[in-house]
Amino acid sequence: MLYIRNLHVSAAGHEILRGIDLTVNVGEVHAIMGPNGSGKSTLAQVLAGREDYEITAGEVLYEGKNLLAMAPEERAHEGIFLAFQYPVEIPGVSTTYFLRAAVNAIRKHRGLDELDAMDFLTVLRDKMRLVEMDQTLLSRPLNEGFSGGEKKRNEILQMAVLDPKLAILDETDSGLDIDALKVIAGGVNGLRSPERALIVITHYQRLLNYIVPDFVHVLVDGRIVKSGDKQLALELEQKGYGWIEEQVRGGQPVNS
Amino acid sequence: MSSQALDLLTSQDYKWGFVTDIEQEAIPAGLNEDIIRLIAAKKNEPDWMVEWRLKAYRHWEKLEKSEAEPKWANVHYPSIDYQNMVYYSAPKTKDGLKSLDEVDPKLLETYEKLGIPLSEQKLLAGVAVDAVFDSVSVATTFKAKLAELGIIFCSFSEAVQEHPELVRTYLGSVVPYSDNFFAALNAAVFSDGSFCYVPKGVRCPMELSTYFRINAKNTGQFERTLIIAEEGSYVSYLEGCTAPMRDENQLHAAVVELVALDNAQIKYSTVQNWYPGDKEGKGGIYNFVTKRGKCLGKNSKISWTQVETGSAITWKYPSCILQGDNSIGEFYSVALTNNYQQADTGTKMIHIGKNTKSTIVSKGISAGHGQNSYRGLVKILKGATGARNYSQCDSLLMGDKCGAHTFPYLEVNNSTATVEHEASVSKISDDQLFYCKQRGISAEDAVSMIVSGFCKQVFRELPMEFAVEAQKLLGVSLEGSVG
Repeated sequence: MLYIRNLHVSAAGHEILRGIDLTVNVGEVHAIMGPNGSGKSTLAQVLAGREDYEITAGEVLYEGKNLLAMAPEERAHEGIFLAFQYPVEIPGVSTTYFLRAAVNAIRKHRGLDELDAMDFLTVLRDKMRLVEMDQTLLSRPLNEGFSGGEKKRNEILQMAVLDPKLAILDETDSGLDIDALKVIAGGVNGLRSPERALIVITHYQRLLNYIVPDFVHVLVDGRIVKSGDKQLALELEQKGYGWIEEQVRGGQPVNS
Repeated sequence: MSSQALDLLTSQDYKWGFVTDIEQEAIPAGLNEDIIRLIAAKKNEPDWMVEWRLKAYRHWEKLEKSEAEPKWANVHYPSIDYQNMVYYSAPKTKDGLKSLDEVDPKLLETYEKLGIPLSEQKLLAGVAVDAVFDSVSVATTFKAKLAELGIIFCSFSEAVQEHPELVRTYLGSVVPYSDNFFAALNAAVFSDGSFCYVPKGVRCPMELSTYFRINAKNTGQFERTLIIAEEGSYVSYLEGCTAPMRDENQLHAAVVELVALDNAQIKYSTVQNWYPGDKEGKGGIYNFVTKRGKCLGKNSKISWTQVETGSAITWKYPSCILQGDNSIGEFYSVALTNNYQQADTGTKMIHIGKNTKSTIVSKGISAGHGQNSYRGLVKILKGATGARNYSQCDSLLMGDKCGAHTFPYLEVNNSTATVEHEASVSKISDDQLFYCKQRGISAEDAVSMIVSGFCKQVFRELPMEFAVEAQKLLGVSLEGSVG
């Protein structure tokens, strides 16, 4: 489904990703872990189509197509979803209105009829149970005055409604207390499916207790330096990132 | 905003820019006492009316000679040659038009094309329309139905003939001819407009509206609207306006006067879409308008809502004189300037009576090279014990070549008054745009959604059908603007 080879990415002349290789198949859950500044969020943003980055080398194929040539909205139409680390606020635009506009933009692309307000509300109510979201939030302007936890729930709600093929969760656990984390993880688990792939980006192993990944990759200095299964995450939790960083910077190959 | 988003947004032409090919009757260009008398004669006006016009003209002439044309506004334009303009132009019609069936089909077609069908069967139920074409009112719908309730809704010319006592009592009572340069000019040469009178205790059952259309070349439009709401009455009035696309600038200098008596309420909404000029700033309407309402009676309320997307230059301050105790004034405004458009708009809230309240919500959107100024005065007089004002001025900038300016003036002469002012300036951020696009929403739709959200507080004050129109219009006016 997603095939990344030798991806090099710079921002403002500074190289952030330095040769990423990653293959994600449909139905799989991949966790990408790494210390601050290792390039995790950059990878998420580049996959979603953020224009502020310069791709200096490499290729990314999504369902066999050149992903890097697609506009961000095309990628969304083709089923790529990014749960943002910092969801934006849009004053005066209700969450319901925003989400319906998104759903209908995607439906239009797929040749389906637009959903009217009533039909959409039915879909929305159903999905809201998944993230135990307070209904009053839906009529409020998008993310305006939402708490950190509410914003993240809203991201997962959007994911549920938009039903993507490939969802990338960028530090969805950051800033959450343990109860909110459980609810959100529960929502994400409810969306695991053989038809969907997930890339879960996180700094801490904690989230992976609840969203158990099939694969874990460690990103250091813009490269995936170690890959393994969920045991790797536990190892990182015990030992921290230091030992891997040392190995990498010491020039030793890392074997899992 | 990224250059890609900029490229994505292509411009759309002004859709209302066509010219109606109709035989027009115009008077020679120029302005003097003979011209004033000629206009008055065409309308068969009584002597008092002619005298009032002449007094206004003489006042204006003095102002013109002393170069008193207002220059304080934050707008720039070459000086206007008032002698090179035509002050009266009307489609030729048979005398004594009795019903809509007799209106020239070309005119009906024009309004149909503008989305304002004049035949009562086709009209939006619940909206009565007075259609003003250049200098004259060509049709007024639902007159008879309104008359059953005692509501007078007709052209200004007709009101002068049929209801001279009302016109004479209230004409110039809110905006005297000596008020300002353009008000004086209007009083001298105004040719038509709408008149509305709602009797005591009557709630007008439908929206009343006037649709202004400029068609003729080199012609100014000078209309006057007068609305009187008697004790305990209510009326909601809408106006819309468009003009053909021309390379020359055309002047539109209107006056609107509203009078609300005890417990009366007037809601006045405008969607102004005069031709804004082309992308290089060539052509377009100079919209120099004086609008003012007087809350004469206690507990009366006047509410202005305006969506200003058109005109090359807008100079306009719909205001409220809060004379009656407990009276309320409101001003809700969206002003958009794109390309080379300039707007200097705002309001004056003059608190005279006790416990008077006013609310100002102004949303300015600047794009392209547009310059957008909010100018507002809140004046609390000595006797206005317990007066309250809340003002909010928000600006949204799109690109880095446009400008937003705020000129709030406060004069508080009573220590019991409460005055609040909030202001903000924002931009559509790359983060917002990217977020929308990641959800599948195109850059154009995202911009339009974000702008609508920005304007929401104002849009919700508009009657339903108008709010939808205004939202669409804003989208169209912004296309090709975002950078």
